[in-house]
Amino acid sequence: MADVEVNWPWQYSFPPFFTLQPHPETRSKQVSAWKTLILEYCKKAKIYTLDVREASQWPLFNNAAINRKLDSSVIISILSELAKNGNAAALDKGRNRWDIYWHTLEEWASIIYSYISDSGLQNTVLTFYEISNGADTESQEFAGMPIEVLIKVLRLLENDQKCELILSNDMQGVKFF
Amino acid sequence: MNRVKYASPLLLENEYTLVTEYNVRLYDGDQKTSFEGGQLIITSHRILWGRPGAIETGQTCLALNLSLVVYIEEESPGTFSFSRSRKIILFLSENSNDQSNGPQYTSIYNFIKLSFREGYQHNVVDTLNHVLQQKAWEPKNVQRQVGPPSTSKIPPPIKLRTGIVGIERNLQEKQKKADESISVAFQDLNKLMTMAKDMVKLSQTISTKIKEKQGDITDDDTVKFKSYLLSLGIDDPVTRDSYKSNTQYYRGLAREICTALKEPIEKMGGMMGMTDVFCRVNRARGLELLSPEDTLNACKAMEALDLPLKLYQFNSGVMVLQLRTLDDDTVSDATAQLIKENESVNCEELGQFLGISIVLAKERLLSAEKAGKCCRDDSIEGLRFYPNLFLIDE
Repeated sequence: MADVEVNWPWQYSFPPFFTLQPHPETRSKQVSAWKTLILEYCKKAKIYTLDVREASQWPLFNNAAINRKLDSSVIISILSELAKNGNAAALDKGRNRWDIYWHTLEEWASIIYSYISDSGLQNTVLTFYEISNGADTESQEFAGMPIEVLIKVLRLLENDQKCELILSNDMQGVKFF
Repeated sequence: MNRVKYASPLLLENEYTLVTEYNVRLYDGDQKTSFEGGQLIITSHRILWGRPGAIETGQTCLALNLSLVVYIEEESPGTFSFSRSRKIILFLSENSNDQSNGPQYTSIYNFIKLSFREGYQHNVVDTLNHVLQQKAWEPKNVQRQVGPPSTSKIPPPIKLRTGIVGIERNLQEKQKKADESISVAFQDLNKLMTMAKDMVKLSQTISTKIKEKQGDITDDDTVKFKSYLLSLGIDDPVTRDSYKSNTQYYRGLAREICTALKEPIEKMGGMMGMTDVFCRVNRARGLELLSPEDTLNACKAMEALDLPLKLYQFNSGVMVLQLRTLDDDTVSDATAQLIKENESVNCEELGQFLGISIVLAKERLLSAEKAGKCCRDDSIEGLRFYPNLFLIDE
């Protein structure tokens, strides 16, 4: 995770950025800057899940140049803010493990469905692996998506009657309509 | 100890023995001497000390003329001292030109101590006091004493020193003494208060004299002294007595505080903590001191009186006296400006820049933060404040 080329925003080298501001207006600006930065970073690094305990050591939350580091409790509260917009979801009760959706699940669903319709794959059965790691989808944005996240996206499509999940033991796949 | 001489234990003319005690040690001032475990005899003229058995056999012993004793005092034993040892301190006058031999020629102390290892059987303190009053060694008293020496031999009434009654009596006596010394102390204070008016007058005359000679004096110290007198003195302090009601008193006080503190507060950037106000006002008054409560009430009264100063309370509860012209916005703006000039500040630095206390500096930073004019950086290096780039840069 370490070596990601990120255009750090100016806030990243501004020490108060790493302290949660008490003034409400200032805080909302600060938090929204953090939200943008986190999504940007995860998108660049293709991060779909993170563990707060581990992530607090990433350069994202740790600016060694000015010796500042974001407290994990603050990280959690910012992630909770992200969750409100559907950009993140907590995976456990302690809110330490998170899914990060730099595209919301709905956005992912439409991205994947438009790829399927563009390549004429309707009425074909595809395995989850083919979608996320297949040779044909390598250039797509959703390449490398973990199966768990992919299933969540496909569930949305299933609700819209655009596909059907096949989850039997011997074969796991999806059929698009 | 140099007042103690070698002498014969034989009684002089008109001298008679009052009390004999055993196992007594002599101290030179606070220092133990080798004269210990001896026999002590108090006579009408002298205190005799001899090694056990020496006095009865008429050998040379140590003698101290009672005429040299100024007064005596019983050293009170420590609360937790259970030993029976009692000590009596004898304060002595300067040595007379007595050339006779003594055990010691010089001494740095002007008192000696008698230490009664076993306590004392008779009431030595009272006896000594009695003898010192009698002054049997003075010629005029000799006449009186010649008649019936037996009458003065009667020991003074022995005080009850043992048992609960004794302890209670002791306590009562101590309380009485404390009462007396307190009332004596307050008498002094009253005198001081009556003198105060004169002292104030004196300082005024000095200041006017200095004012008159202003042209001639360039000396730094004089100028300093003058400024002390002029800047601090309040000529006619407002006192409660001269007002009928509390409200009026506070109003008068408010005016006085304003005149006294307006200038220093302006110099300090328009704000002064209440503790400073309290100290400065009372230093200026010198006497007729104000209570913190009165000071606070007077400051509270300022708002209604249209005075140049007003009381301001920060959210944290810290109270300051500040210029009326100052309001939250201007203060936060000024603070923000300072932060901008220095890139970032902490409480200590701001306090130094403005010459205000750290508590006050912190309050100013917090209120500026509350107005969204700066933002905080709370790290292991401490709390620092930066310009609020979050709101400015977008």
